Amino acid sequence: MKNKTIKVDYLARVEGEGGLLVKVSGNKDIDVKFNIFEPPRFFEAFLRGRHYSEVPDITARICGICPVAYQMSSVHAIERAFGVSVDGQLRALRRLIYCGEWIESHALHIFMLHAPDFLGYADAIQMAKDHGPVVQMALKIKKIGNDIVNLIGGREIHPINVRVGGFYKLPVKHELESLVERLKWGMDSAIQTVKFTGKLSFPDFERPYEYVALRHEQEYPMNEGRLFSNKGLDIEVNEYDNHFMEEHVSHSNALHSILKERGAYFVGPLARYNLNFDKLTPAAQDAAKSAGIGKGTNNPFKSIIVRSVEMLYAFEEALRIIQEYERPEKAAVDIQPQLGSGYSCTEAPRGILYHRYRLDERGIILDAKIVPPTSQNQKTIEQDLREFVPPRLHLSQEKLTWQCEQAVRNYDPCISCATHFLKLEIEHEPHREIHGAIG
Amino acid sequence: MSPKKTKVPITAAKKQRKPKLAIWKFSSCDGCQLSLLDCEEELLAITEHMEVANFPEASRNIAKGPYDLSLVEGSITTPHDAERIHQVRRQSKVLMTIGACATAGGIQALRNFKDVKQFIAAVYTNPKYIETLNKSTPIADHVFVDFELRGCPINKHQLVEVINAYLNGRKPNTPAYAVCLECKRRFITCGLVAHGPTCLGPVTQAGCNALCPSYSRGCFGCYGPKETPNTSALSTYWSSLGMKDDELMRLFRGFNAYAEAFRKESEAHEK
Repeated sequence: MKNKTIKVDYLARVEGEGGLLVKVSGNKDIDVKFNIFEPPRFFEAFLRGRHYSEVPDITARICGICPVAYQMSSVHAIERAFGVSVDGQLRALRRLIYCGEWIESHALHIFMLHAPDFLGYADAIQMAKDHGPVVQMALKIKKIGNDIVNLIGGREIHPINVRVGGFYKLPVKHELESLVERLKWGMDSAIQTVKFTGKLSFPDFERPYEYVALRHEQEYPMNEGRLFSNKGLDIEVNEYDNHFMEEHVSHSNALHSILKERGAYFVGPLARYNLNFDKLTPAAQDAAKSAGIGKGTNNPFKSIIVRSVEMLYAFEEALRIIQEYERPEKAAVDIQPQLGSGYSCTEAPRGILYHRYRLDERGIILDAKIVPPTSQNQKTIEQDLREFVPPRLHLSQEKLTWQCEQAVRNYDPCISCATHFLKLEIEHEPHREIHGAIG
Repeated sequence: MSPKKTKVPITAAKKQRKPKLAIWKFSSCDGCQLSLLDCEEELLAITEHMEVANFPEASRNIAKGPYDLSLVEGSITTPHDAERIHQVRRQSKVLMTIGACATAGGIQALRNFKDVKQFIAAVYTNPKYIETLNKSTPIADHVFVDFELRGCPINKHQLVEVINAYLNGRKPNTPAYAVCLECKRRFITCGLVAHGPTCLGPVTQAGCNALCPSYSRGCFGCYGPKETPNTSALSTYWSSLGMKDDELMRLFRGFNAYAEAFRKESEAHEK
């Protein structure tokens, strides 16, 4: 029996400021705190009194890594409040810009944030010394994702072309077609990425998670669908508040989200994949099978494979959308503000992102609620560590700390989002051995 | 030359030791430091000339200071951060801020116009757990800043220019004139003249290459006030076209709301 504290003051290779504190007393009690010390920014408060047309630009600033997700959830929620639906090619273009964000965000996480853990490097720059071609490929993939967002959105971080009702300006077909050759290269590179991630060695760790993701009748979910889980949840997005709640805990500036009936749940690529395998393209399904994850996996470390599969899917989907694109006459549908509430969930790269707005008849925001994916995963991250650490107490402090960090990075936590921040503290107190028993 | 088109190879005078680069984050969205990782074509070149000594978003390795060049993202919003920025300054030979949060307080500076306690209560159920300052303030309000790079987000080509300028011991070439000049260079029809969308271009610093006007929308001020901006003349013009005070206030109260020129103008229209 021994006491052990793992403390990471400032978790690296995550977006934002967070820490991790794991305290083990004897074999039974384990206290895990995933601290989010990213300062609060109060988006929901200062959205009040703003005009609906400003919302996609303001909410984008919650996160520099997934601004498109914030723009998508906000425009859909506001359109629902106004009773408007955006279909056809405008809908397809929204899906295309989302594909771009999935590609750049997944490429960033797979290669630059997570792969160094599996291969034992501090960062991708060190990794590049031994795996030069892999890192070069990663940067090229990431750039294609950014270029999709760039072309439709005007720039990769905080795009300016998304508006309630559609876009400000539409691309012409040949502009989109200029991406085709690189997207084909991207598809092949994504297949290589699935092979690369499939060969990594994974800690033996599985848990019976409740996965929550969108599910759509025809397609792998991005912008629309019902909220669905493997443990019985099947609801419309506007019922979200009846089934989910947020708790405010002392060690975090991000609210913890739970399912009222069953507690912690899991959102993100792994959840999407496990619930929507049937909606992937045959090539993505085959790549996944040959990488050994079949129709699903409960090992969160393998989310790196799932991200690669989703990246492949996003390349294929982007190609499909571009091939079918015909420029519509109008860049946006007409909007007439009306009093009401609107709800939306879209699939951000890290999982479901919920927005709810109440607006007045002039289109001024009366009330806003935003639940980012990382707040939804916080409780699951803490529970993972509670089970992950005890069987590994024989490891050296350095090794265990690193593995705990890796376990947190499975979720690609975006702390900037969650406070609308992440710091991993693993505190090692002097080992105290009682009765000479260890572990 | 517009900054977007400027492509200067990264070069550096030969030195014995690579200068140490540190990236620091305060209250922000991470987008500006992500711009460094978004320099897909230049990133490995930068690492050839600089040692990335502190960049937690990208690496577990943290080398001890002092650092030759510190890039600071984010604004000061907590008592802890107000202390931490002094530690960063003490360890940094040159300190540059990147982005609207670090140079003007960012979108989170909207709290500066309200009672922050109400904000906390609107978002958090247990306000006592939250430690925050009443105001979100730029880095230069706390420590000496050697150079400020504007933008929400910054333009990555300007970021490469700033790093390149540092490596070669020269002043960064980033214009302080208005977005209008970039717009004219691109032959974009002026929205203000042609009764197009409301546009902050005449009072906003260039750097985006007139992005929004090129997408048929008005500038909304990502790069903050240009040098000597005449915000009141612009407001008077819009008022004459029927724009209401609350609309004018919101227009100046965006990502650079706490930059002096924009702050004063928005307050002039606050009831």
